[in-house]
Amino acid sequence: MLPASLFQRVDKRYLAPVLVTMVLVVGQLSFGFLESWWRTAFAILTSIAVELLLGRMITGKWPHLASAYISGISIGMLLRSPEFWPYPLCAAISIVSKYVLRVDGRHLWNPSNFGIVAMLVLASDTVAGLSVQWGNNLLPMVVVWTFGAIIIHTLGRFHITLTYVASFLFFAGIRHLVTGHPFLAEAAPLTGPMYQLYIFFMITDPKTTVHGKRNQCLVTVCVAAMEAALRLMQFVHAPYYALFIVGPIANLIEIAHTRVASRQTVPAVAPAPSH
Amino acid sequence: MRPYSRLLLGLLLVALLATPLLIRRHRAAIVYAPSAAGAAADAKARYGFAFTESAQAAGIDFTHEGPTLDPQLAHIMPQVASMGAGLAIVDVDADGHADFYVTNSKEGSKNRLYRNKGDGTFEDIAGRVGLAALNEPGSGVSMGSVWGDYDNDGFEDVIVYKWGRPELFHNDGGKAFTRVTERAGLPAWANINAAVWLDYDRDGKLDLFLGGYFAEQVNLWHLASTKMMPESFEYANNGGRKFLFHNLGGGRFEEVSEKVGLTSRRWALAAVAADLRDTGYPDLFIANDYGVSELFINEGGKFREVGKETGVGYAPKSGMNASVGDVLNQGTFAVYVSNISEEGILIQGNNLWVPTGGTPQLPTYENMARAMGVDLGGWSFGAQFGDLNNDGFLDLYLVNGYVSASKTDNYWYDYSKIAGGHEVVISDAKNWPPMGTRSLAGYQAKKVWLSDGAGHFTDVAPMVGVTDRHDGRSVALGDFSNRGVLDAIVANQRGPLLFYRNDVAPGRDWIAFDLTGRCASDSEPAMTCSNRSAIGARATVHFNGQQQVQEVQGGSGFCAQNQRRLHFGLGPHAKIDKVTIRWPSGKISEIAAPATGRVHAIKEP
Repeated sequence: MLPASLFQRVDKRYLAPVLVTMVLVVGQLSFGFLESWWRTAFAILTSIAVELLLGRMITGKWPHLASAYISGISIGMLLRSPEFWPYPLCAAISIVSKYVLRVDGRHLWNPSNFGIVAMLVLASDTVAGLSVQWGNNLLPMVVVWTFGAIIIHTLGRFHITLTYVASFLFFAGIRHLVTGHPFLAEAAPLTGPMYQLYIFFMITDPKTTVHGKRNQCLVTVCVAAMEAALRLMQFVHAPYYALFIVGPIANLIEIAHTRVASRQTVPAVAPAPSH
Repeated sequence: MRPYSRLLLGLLLVALLATPLLIRRHRAAIVYAPSAAGAAADAKARYGFAFTESAQAAGIDFTHEGPTLDPQLAHIMPQVASMGAGLAIVDVDADGHADFYVTNSKEGSKNRLYRNKGDGTFEDIAGRVGLAALNEPGSGVSMGSVWGDYDNDGFEDVIVYKWGRPELFHNDGGKAFTRVTERAGLPAWANINAAVWLDYDRDGKLDLFLGGYFAEQVNLWHLASTKMMPESFEYANNGGRKFLFHNLGGGRFEEVSEKVGLTSRRWALAAVAADLRDTGYPDLFIANDYGVSELFINEGGKFREVGKETGVGYAPKSGMNASVGDVLNQGTFAVYVSNISEEGILIQGNNLWVPTGGTPQLPTYENMARAMGVDLGGWSFGAQFGDLNNDGFLDLYLVNGYVSASKTDNYWYDYSKIAGGHEVVISDAKNWPPMGTRSLAGYQAKKVWLSDGAGHFTDVAPMVGVTDRHDGRSVALGDFSNRGVLDAIVANQRGPLLFYRNDVAPGRDWIAFDLTGRCASDSEPAMTCSNRSAIGARATVHFNGQQQVQEVQGGSGFCAQNQRRLHFGLGPHAKIDKVTIRWPSGKISEIAAPATGRVHAIKEP
């Protein structure tokens, strides 16, 4: 397939930023779904500035900005507020959290997930999540899904997205049985742009997901299950909270497991030099 | 990373996380400082006015009742059947005392026309004059009314718009009303929630705009399909059509919406006509639910939609009110649109569109609601500007609250679930989760925002006596006792009508104008005289080195109409340099240094 081969040749670090930019452009040009261009730009610029500053200060090197760009643009799209300040603040919280909340060199939370949850909890009088849908036709969603699938597949993470979608629909069926509400109502959120961002960028974030396809799929099912539980408790922002809760737990378990494994391997390796 | 670097970064993260809390605390301190400092202080002394809810004492005992629609909507009935408490202030018998008309919405219920007896009490004369029984089964139910003298005979006629068959009545000398719906050519069925009288072509005869909410094919009592809900929460284009009835004279109207460019299928909930560009022609601002607002500028009798060019048509929200006011005493109108805000769930914020740039022909607007402190109301409906304490600056009265039912359970989660869904899901009522007895944005406080004249408003509602938690729909302002103060009446969905009598502190000057156009019939040549109701006439009062402009309106807010009289507060020791009145015909009247403290009855020369 031409796009796939094209994407194969491109530096993979640029693929996700390209996709998220495409989501932004399609969403804005189709329906004007941004709170404003300025707010989004403010979030992106803050995110990049903080990343540059902290990356340089802490590692002594200029960091690659793809991750910060994705965080900024995601915040610019997912956050809804009539005020300006939540956008740079959320971006700053997201990037700083990445440098502070680390264990064994790994950060535990997806940065924008952490920032958005922080804002939803701490600034609930000013901030809400993206709640609109893709207008009145499926075309923008088809475009995003097509390119999203190609790009995320190229990055080797499409199984996470598919697992999540399947899990969400499964749990939507469970919720339908539990609440008696129409299945389509339970499945409805999946058709919104918030979920496109969520399933393509947040839950697939390489830096904050566990290793190995099977483990990744397992964690994804856990996120969807947690989300379903939160939805049954009527949490409006259930997907953010679910990832916020499950993501770091999964990472900590993996980190602990790695520590144990490395301790067990040290004695076996240590004698080697004597040979 | 060095340990101290980690510590410093940790502190930075804590500081960042604390920032929203500090901002909230700072705001709360600003907002509540007045009440905290003087909870027992007299509101009149502190704010210059106080309201006393006086419906019962005034002989008003109206309670709105909602309709029962098609059983296929039973599971979401409270939110669908959630409008209809509309009101309009009118001097129905031209006796100089403001009366008012309020609509009911239960099948078989009666609308009321409260005639002001002039002694502080009212009597319902709707049945006597033939304006009560407008909700008969099969004819739909009332949503509101607007009044205007369409035949220039000196008495205000009325259109009662409905989900159903709209009805036009001719006022026969203030004693009785004659139904003239068929002769006027009104549609047999439409689901109207917005109406204004305006003279869009300045021919001296009032024309009528009607804005549809549900599509006109939908009969909410006999649904052909449950796919009648909005196709999108913020981009819906499957609402009711717009009507513009051009007044031909002789009680006949021609529907010209398409001919003049008023084509839209958005879900109109409110409209206001005002000359926003100082061209002499009334422009039309429509606040739409489930989408962007629309601004139709009037180019000599043809309309052009310029929402995007002017900045008001970008961010889609849930528009439910349209009212205009010269909030900065600059001689220009800002437009207030109410929306939905619920902490932690949906923060649309209300819009206050203030003209800040562009050209006189095409101004651009900036939403200053947050900066001026009038953005967060709740699930907001009607709002009106008026100088409530006669200090020379327009204040803002806003009512809020959607469905008040259970005090412990709410529908927000399920609402947000469906609101995010695709057209296929959201547009079909059968996909909407059942509401049961749950509330949705219920029991909300109202806002009485007092202007400081410098661009900031402070909510003083509880301090001045506005403490009700009903589901407010329409609010209208008028001087019911000819005392030079603005009283407020509020119609609540499935709740009592509230009559807030205003008591303004002494020593604050005011002036008011009862304007009358010169057209004495509906067959006079265009541009030679103005409609008798003077709808579209604008008065600019130059006082104390500033100016304030107001315009006579044929409907504003949400399903409401203020008193046609223009009331200007002036503050203490006011000195009026002059008052300029520009009539819809284009004529100008100038009054030098008019006396304050009285109502001036002015006829078009």
